[in-house]
Amino acid sequence: MPTSTADPTHSRLFSQLVRKRWGVSLTLTAFMLAVYYGFIAVLAFRPDLFATRIGEHMTVGIPIGLGVIVVSWLATGIYVRWANDDYDTAVDNIKHAMRENRG
Amino acid sequence: MNTFATTIGQPNATSIIFFFFFIAGTLAITYFAAKKSRGASQFYAAGRSVTGWQNGLALAGDYMSAASFLGIAGLVSLKGYDGLIYSIGFLVGWPVIMFLIAEPLRNLGKYTFADVVAYRLSQKPIRIAASVGSLLTVCFYLIAQMVGSGALIKMMFGLPYETAIILVGAVMIAYVLFGGMLATTWVQIIKAVLLLAGATVMVGMALSKFGFNVVGLFNAAAATYGEKVLNPGGLVANPLDAVSLGIALMFGTAGLPHILMRFYTVPDAKAARKSVFYATGLIGYFYVLTFIIGFAAMVLVGRDVVAKVDAGGNMAALLLAEVTGGTVFLGFIAAVAFATILAVVAGLTLAGATTLSHDLYANVWRSGNSSEEDEMKVAKRATLGLGVVAMLLGLAFKGQNVAFMVGLAFAIAASANFPALLLSILWKGTSTFGATAAIVTGTVTAAGLILLSPTVWVDIFGNPAAIFPWKNPALISMPAAFAAGWLGSVLVPDAKARSLYEAQQIRNYLGVGAE
Repeated sequence: MPTSTADPTHSRLFSQLVRKRWGVSLTLTAFMLAVYYGFIAVLAFRPDLFATRIGEHMTVGIPIGLGVIVVSWLATGIYVRWANDDYDTAVDNIKHAMRENRG
Repeated sequence: MNTFATTIGQPNATSIIFFFFFIAGTLAITYFAAKKSRGASQFYAAGRSVTGWQNGLALAGDYMSAASFLGIAGLVSLKGYDGLIYSIGFLVGWPVIMFLIAEPLRNLGKYTFADVVAYRLSQKPIRIAASVGSLLTVCFYLIAQMVGSGALIKMMFGLPYETAIILVGAVMIAYVLFGGMLATTWVQIIKAVLLLAGATVMVGMALSKFGFNVVGLFNAAAATYGEKVLNPGGLVANPLDAVSLGIALMFGTAGLPHILMRFYTVPDAKAARKSVFYATGLIGYFYVLTFIIGFAAMVLVGRDVVAKVDAGGNMAALLLAEVTGGTVFLGFIAAVAFATILAVVAGLTLAGATTLSHDLYANVWRSGNSSEEDEMKVAKRATLGLGVVAMLLGLAFKGQNVAFMVGLAFAIAASANFPALLLSILWKGTSTFGATAAIVTGTVTAAGLILLSPTVWVDIFGNPAAIFPWKNPALISMPAAFAAGWLGSVLVPDAKARSLYEAQQIRNYLGVGAE
């Protein structure tokens, strides 16, 4: 199996797949890091921002904190959606091409 | 409200009955699982027959420990908003698992994360190093769970500490020994459902007193205890320490052996992804509930009552259960909390036993030439041994403050396990020497700095000032592990590891050849 990617077409498709995969993974990872450490940084350096009131006894910090939890979950959802559709289709195409090449 | 008399600390017939129901039900499952649990693939990975949805529940079950349920609810009830910082920290590791390591783990490994690290490197040094990282993480986490469980059970059931430890140890050994991963998975699923249902009902009953309006609850909290309970307070005293804690929580989750081991129970990468998605949703929902439970306990039970029963606030959720649903509901929640401890301990023991039998015995001691039967024999002896060790550690650390051990487990997982795992997956140049150096550096730096930190140097040893200023070392120890991994790989390269990189990539990305 490893030998068949030595074929230039497959090797090109494969390296595209790998690049695409890490493009998506690392973008989403960077997004999560920004959201989470942004939250920590505000807590650590400007806690007064989260104490801003919205409504009588509600502060901005509560919906934002709970929002970080929801955003984390949605981000995993976006990844699953992409991986189960786009990525797996590309994988199937490459595997198909590899089989054709061999047989 | 503040004069309410709790029955916590007295033997509670309802909770004992609920608990025995749970034990009887899960042992029955173990009995059926035992019939299937013959080969290594069954024992370690439930025959890779678990669905994405089931594994999502089981992952959530493994992760929602009694410490996070009782501890975070307690923290919120006493400190207000700041408790949310921990909830968020514990959750944000899951997207990282999903984006960086879920698929490679499933496609490259067989039973442990050491399989992935050792995939194209020299087996023996890597397996030994990775096993040390694994076993230390498992042991520190186990000690924290055992000691916490003894103390909590004494509070909840009125049983003596020693009896509680022996009971937890014995039932846990039975699950793992006879039912392997399949039984452990079902124990986690049942526990996750009970815990989520119990917490949902508790939140519903508490919010009914505020017209089912969360804002009404926050209003009541602010009216009694002042606006500051809704604001970030003094928990984050040192910004760098906060970032360091954040790194440990985020990347530690991606290095916990008993969590990573769950990726081998599903048939393929697609199911592995789905399971992380479900787990993240369930755990996120659970932490939102825990946050509301904390505020509800603050208002309905009263801070002084919570602090009087347990100075750390650990009984807040149980007190709220009693206030909202009486002794019967208290009994139910107490039984679920006990079941939670039991299930997490079982998951940890299985991960430890797999490391001992699969990584150390089969791949190091016997150089990969042992029969499956021999490996299974060792796995079962290791389970028994670890169970006894867990009980002895629980008894030895009686009455000690072991809260720092959870932090230590996460710091070692983030520093020793995660960098080596990520380097071996992503970087062609990773050599055996480099990966070993990453694991050793991560372990030694994390453990050493915790020893010199305020949590151990001042709180345990009683020294006047800490040598290392932060409570959490991950901000230093994780980059140190990555640096050691890079430097070690550059100084002592590995031509064989390089040449196998392409084969690893094909299996990693296409899943070709994955079991």
